[in-house]
Amino acid sequence: MSVTQEYLAQALNQPAWYQRLGAYDWLFGLFVLIGVGYAYSDFRHLMDAYEVGILFASGAGLIAFGWFWKPMRGLTIAVALLSLAAIGLYGDELARGEQNFFLKFLISSQSAIMWMSALYVLATLTYWFALAIRSDFAGRTATAMTWCATTMGWVGLMVRWRESYLISHDVGHIPVSNLYEVFILFALITAMLYLHYERRYANRNLGAFVLTVVSAAVAFLLWYTFDRGAHEIQPLVPALQSYWMKIHVPANFVGYGAFALAAMIGVAYLLVERRPEGFLGRAMPTLTQMDDLMYKSIALGFAFFTIATVLGAMWAAEAWGGYWSWDPKETWALIVWLNYAAWLHLRLTKGWRGKPLAWWAIVGLFVTLFAFVGVNMFLSGLHSYGTL
Amino acid sequence: MSTEIRPTPRPRRLGDILLEFLGSMNLAISLLVVIGIASAIGTVLKQNEPYNNYKIKFGDFWFEVFRSLDLYDIYGSNWFLLLLGFLLLSTSVCVARNAPRMLHEMRTFRFNVQEKSLRAFHHHDEWHSHAPHAELVEAATALMGHAGYRVKGDRDGAVTTLAGLRGMAGRIGYILSHTAIVVICLGGLLDGNIPLKLAEFSGELKPELRDMPANEVPAISTLGTDNHSFRGSVSIPEGARANFVFLQLRDGYLKQELPFTVALQDFRIEHYSTGMPKSFESDLIIYDDQNPDAEPLHQTIRVNHPLIYNGYAIYQSSFSDGGSKLKLAAWSFDAPEAEPFIIDSAVNRSVDLETPRGDRRLELTEFKAFNIFPLPEGDPSGKKHRNYGPSITFKVRRPNGTAFEYQNYMLPIEQDGARYYLTGMRATPSDQFGFLHLPLDRKGSLERFMHFLARVHDRERLNAAIANETSSAVGDERAEQVNGAIAHLAELFLDQGIDALIAEMEEKVEPEQRQAALDAYIKVIQGVFGTLYLEVLEEEGIDLSQDVTAADTRFFDDSMTALSTLAPYGSPFYLELKSFEQVEASGLQITKSPGKDIVYLGSALLIAGIFFMFYLHPRKLWLRIVPDGDGSRLLLAGNSVRNHADFDAEFDKLRAQLRRASGAGDLGATADERGTAV
Repeated sequence: MSVTQEYLAQALNQPAWYQRLGAYDWLFGLFVLIGVGYAYSDFRHLMDAYEVGILFASGAGLIAFGWFWKPMRGLTIAVALLSLAAIGLYGDELARGEQNFFLKFLISSQSAIMWMSALYVLATLTYWFALAIRSDFAGRTATAMTWCATTMGWVGLMVRWRESYLISHDVGHIPVSNLYEVFILFALITAMLYLHYERRYANRNLGAFVLTVVSAAVAFLLWYTFDRGAHEIQPLVPALQSYWMKIHVPANFVGYGAFALAAMIGVAYLLVERRPEGFLGRAMPTLTQMDDLMYKSIALGFAFFTIATVLGAMWAAEAWGGYWSWDPKETWALIVWLNYAAWLHLRLTKGWRGKPLAWWAIVGLFVTLFAFVGVNMFLSGLHSYGTL
Repeated sequence: MSTEIRPTPRPRRLGDILLEFLGSMNLAISLLVVIGIASAIGTVLKQNEPYNNYKIKFGDFWFEVFRSLDLYDIYGSNWFLLLLGFLLLSTSVCVARNAPRMLHEMRTFRFNVQEKSLRAFHHHDEWHSHAPHAELVEAATALMGHAGYRVKGDRDGAVTTLAGLRGMAGRIGYILSHTAIVVICLGGLLDGNIPLKLAEFSGELKPELRDMPANEVPAISTLGTDNHSFRGSVSIPEGARANFVFLQLRDGYLKQELPFTVALQDFRIEHYSTGMPKSFESDLIIYDDQNPDAEPLHQTIRVNHPLIYNGYAIYQSSFSDGGSKLKLAAWSFDAPEAEPFIIDSAVNRSVDLETPRGDRRLELTEFKAFNIFPLPEGDPSGKKHRNYGPSITFKVRRPNGTAFEYQNYMLPIEQDGARYYLTGMRATPSDQFGFLHLPLDRKGSLERFMHFLARVHDRERLNAAIANETSSAVGDERAEQVNGAIAHLAELFLDQGIDALIAEMEEKVEPEQRQAALDAYIKVIQGVFGTLYLEVLEEEGIDLSQDVTAADTRFFDDSMTALSTLAPYGSPFYLELKSFEQVEASGLQITKSPGKDIVYLGSALLIAGIFFMFYLHPRKLWLRIVPDGDGSRLLLAGNSVRNHADFDAEFDKLRAQLRRASGAGDLGATADERGTAV
């Protein structure tokens, strides 16, 4: 056998993707399957066919996601165990949220969300600190805090889901039904997208920028809670009582989260671009990397935003009698879509790179923000359940 | 996007120039931005409001300017359609121009690439190997194949060229997503209002502007059942039926006939304990008008659960009062001794009344079977919400056209043991209701208040009470002057309310004495009215030798409060709701949209296309193996349409593998070690 053939035999003898999965992967898969099986056997009578479909699809999706992005396994298991603990402690009585020590101070939905808020803000400060003093330890601490905040946020949402059923059976619903709940979702998804790229690019310094926008969302959330009492669980208006909500809203927020991520990378890009060898420039990923990341983020956001808009149109056809009504929210979704479509054409077809697109991504965030919050604040229409 | 070499220029004709313009990226991006801005304008300016609202908002001049620009119905305007048309055209031209080339490129392995071109690629590498030619070809084919490339080889004399293609389905992504836009636009066009616009333009159709019963709408404003696409709405009261819907068109409407009749049996609203609506449901019966013998279809629809009937979709979209029957008693404030006047009417009707203050038109606008409001935290009942019972809303219109709006509750409210009728009044719809509490006597009736009102309006009795209060002898000139002043104040109080009294005080009395004077006047008026009140009690047969009970005293205080605000209340009567029979109406939206499935197909294509486009990157590889001395010279080059960073890593890995397989040894650094993406 020649050198060539010997090498070839070794190079080509790579295990297939399923052979590369370890014991942890399979255990994780089993864990999710048990969860899905339990949910199906116990709550089947509460779900319609579509919801059963969504349950199984999200189970499969979660397993695939955990295999593709390994940290997702630990996150899923931690969130599941903490949420189950809270559910167990609650039993059938909502009032235990005030009596039980662990619920009151740790894992009732309100407490968990407060922990999430505090940890995200701390993580932001730590990321900036780590960037300022170039401390790897501080950077790792910030990452750990972001992971903890994300865990607590998901626990908050899961437990809130349960709490809504404890208030009254007919009040119960998935917590993606109003501006308060989706702001939590926005913070979580933005943070997770960032954590994914942090690991992939092995650079923590973008965290200072991205977590800043997450902290801004947290600030809004806190104002919304303490000034407006938005954290109260409200029953669903008839138009929202549909399985579509379970897929339309999360898809939308993957989009919004990715656009927010792109905008913050845009900010970092512009700062570094002014002095690439400056204090900041030396710490950040290269301009090419950031430019590439911005594109990837917007591409991902655009894909999910398209899905969300299409799902929204299908839901609208079922609830309002037409797949497109030029309702302000629909129209602004279209504007956001057109905006990023223009961005992508400029990059992919006209070959634009760098500075102008970074500016455009930042402007894009404001357009997105208006579609997301501004429409509810300033314009009236069919999406009026998210008013401030 | 093109990586191709530009064709040599040839003489350009007008058609080419036009095609070039329509297919240009600049036009496409400009269109995306302009459509975005136009759409945004339509969200800032509320669309399809009644034209009067715009007139009030902008004034006559700007109203006309905006109207001529179609700003009140942007999304249905010609210029907006034209923009969409351009987008459709531009996208079509792009697809038509690029798709054949891309499809060709996907399938074509190009072997006749010059070495100079290959070396010009950003990704290229060249090295020497001693391995046999055939072995090199075999190894390279296997490795490139393993990396996910489709590989083909071409032998030209001693030189072998391997060409590899990967992710070429990304090109399909471009074709799918752009075709999808065309498909969606066409589907939308099918459901759009172009046929209506044409019919209107040719004079066959004219929107009706007047309010009239459906059966009087003229033929020129009526669309037959052959109209293939529409979206209209109709409100059907319980027990009634309809075989038409109305389509709103700018400031008018069209009547759309249906090939079936919808009858509403029952409409139900369920509520959460907070009073928030939980579900809206309509029990419908559908009669097929073309087939009268067919069994009618019974179906319940609710929000999110429409009925699809022969291609028509029937949605639960709103609800309103369908003309609830109301029995009302009007208690006149001007003739309080008279029996209340009984009115039998219904919501959405009006009643003309003659009152001592002139003609009034009573317009009954709304009936609510219950009103649930949150209770303050820690209410003794332990509940969070309370039902205040049925209410009616109505307007009392004066002959000059102005009107106040009122809201009256059917059931008395109880406060600390005393009972009141609650009636709200507001002068404009933007105000909050201000509430008047009318005290009720022991029987739960307005009678005692009305008797008292009659008495204070009786001039003789009032004067007698004043004389009694000031204990002046008749004929005493000075006393009569005083009495006259008191009578004047009492009248002022009754006719214009307590504020008028204060205003008069401020005009006549020095500031430092005002408070004292006001207190004195109120005391006198209280005394005078108190005397009259005692007479009322006496007439009721209450023994006044005993002390007046706390309840009766309180009744007097409440009556005085009510009297002081009766003047600004404005209505000549209090309307008491005696009984009702609720009739609800369900607002149905009925649509026919043949373009829907086309739009969905387009949407599916769009999503598939976008994922293909973003996650499959067309990549090309070339490897030339040229005999060179005792071995071979290998020239590797690669090209990726996008995602250069990822391709960097992929290319580095592959060339390291190829180098090792050809026995040329490792590279100094691979992409992994440089810390770039894997």
